[in-house]
Amino acid sequence: MQWDGLSPAIYVGFSNYIELLDDEYFYISLANNLKWLIFFMLAVPIGLGLAIFLNQTIFGIRLIKSLFFFPFVISQVVIGIIFAWFYNPRGVIGPFLETIGLGNYAILADENFATYGIIFAGIYPQIAYCMILYLTGLNNLNMDQIEAGRMDGAKGLSLFKNIILPQLKPATFLAIVVTVIGSLRSFDMVAIMTQGGPWGSTNVLAYYMFETALSEYGYRMGYGSAIAAVLFTIMMFYILFFIYRMYQSEKKGL
Amino acid sequence: MFPIPIQKRPLINQISYKILIPISLFIWLIPLIGIMLTSIRGLGDITAGNYWGMPSEFLLFSNIKDVFQNTPMLSYIMNSFKITIPTVIGAVAVSCMTGFALASYKFKANLFIFFTFIAGNFVPFQILMIPVRDLTYQMGLYDTVTGLVLFHVAFQTGFCTLFMRNFIKALPHELFEAARIDGTSEFNIFFKIVLPLTRPAIAALSVLIFTFIWNDFFWATVLIQGQHAMPITAGLKSLNGQWVTVYHLLSAGSIMAAIPPVIMFFLMQKHFIAGLTLGASKG
Repeated sequence: MQWDGLSPAIYVGFSNYIELLDDEYFYISLANNLKWLIFFMLAVPIGLGLAIFLNQTIFGIRLIKSLFFFPFVISQVVIGIIFAWFYNPRGVIGPFLETIGLGNYAILADENFATYGIIFAGIYPQIAYCMILYLTGLNNLNMDQIEAGRMDGAKGLSLFKNIILPQLKPATFLAIVVTVIGSLRSFDMVAIMTQGGPWGSTNVLAYYMFETALSEYGYRMGYGSAIAAVLFTIMMFYILFFIYRMYQSEKKGL
Repeated sequence: MFPIPIQKRPLINQISYKILIPISLFIWLIPLIGIMLTSIRGLGDITAGNYWGMPSEFLLFSNIKDVFQNTPMLSYIMNSFKITIPTVIGAVAVSCMTGFALASYKFKANLFIFFTFIAGNFVPFQILMIPVRDLTYQMGLYDTVTGLVLFHVAFQTGFCTLFMRNFIKALPHELFEAARIDGTSEFNIFFKIVLPLTRPAIAALSVLIFTFIWNDFFWATVLIQGQHAMPITAGLKSLNGQWVTVYHLLSAGSIMAAIPPVIMFFLMQKHFIAGLTLGASKG
């Protein structure tokens, strides 16, 4: 595939790519991007679960739903700051572990677990987003089908699997799309919580790119662009799939 | 209804549900409750390690005053407004026009242009950071509010166009046709018929874009360096570096950063959610 927007970067030197192949930090970042993507997907089922839990009509439920949605409205920066403070040895988690006798522990300083700590913070607003998508989906369910299913004796899990879930397909599709995009927003969280450290172990491609090309660590535009190209190639499959799907439904509409 | 309405369940389920809801809500909001509690504490509580008990003093206002006096927080907030409001106006204005054109005129490249807008939405914008920064730099807009606003408008227009186009497409087309037959100019059709009808969509978009831009951190980091143009998100980040131990002030600052989008959300909740869940109920 020919990408015009990026060809100057390719032209300037293949050496960037060759260097990339040997770059330990590049692989760490790539692996972290994958971790983000995989664990972020958990937001979809958790959001669905929350939506089902909250889809009732009791007094004050509207307010409760919007309070559940709250984390999404607030800036990622704020969420990142809160969680960084939670993880801080002098913050919340550390002293808590100390009082129950497990010793103090700072997750963001542990290169094996820091990424998971950040993902956990990142997934928090994402769950809220998925929840609201599913709540809308649940509101627009086709009642007749559900009643018919219940008549036929479908209950609990089989009702959910055979009648509810297929009807929620548009919501699921949208939830997956926004979650994949959201997992790329990892940049914000990483920048706030660890700046890629300890020793580059929490870097993601976007932040690594920023670090190499635009930050005080250097202005290696070419190298940064090479990282961008790799990231774009990976995303291309996903984008093409999505565009193709939208194109099909648009053609049907016309 | 799915699941079965709780009112049709045995009483014991109803009661436990009503107990469970506030508990889960509390757990869910612990991070936010934590930051609110911290923002009203004094330095004494922080150094004494009193994080979860009752704050020994109520110092919210003095903390806020501290933040304003000792940091450029006020100018960060002003910058955020200076960036957010023009972006909302610009992106919504442009997308009303593109949306109208794409929804109501049949021309060859229509679908192609529409899909260019959509595709632009799904390009992970992080990969654009180097070229965009280069471009702003060459245009002399690097590190200025104007530059940031222009790029926000450009990036948001994709999503806004998709939104407006689908909304206008769903309007009764006969209305435009009838007006055309009556000899109304296209210009008047747009201003007198389309714009009033799209008011709900405009409201929904404005709230959404306001929140997105207010909360934007990425472009603010890439395109802004100096304090004079820094919005509150990037400002908080730099304060975070300086204030590792004064969490009560940091919390007060964070809360100020969170207030405008939260107010927006509560005032326009219906529109906000309608905008966000566009497409969740139909294929």
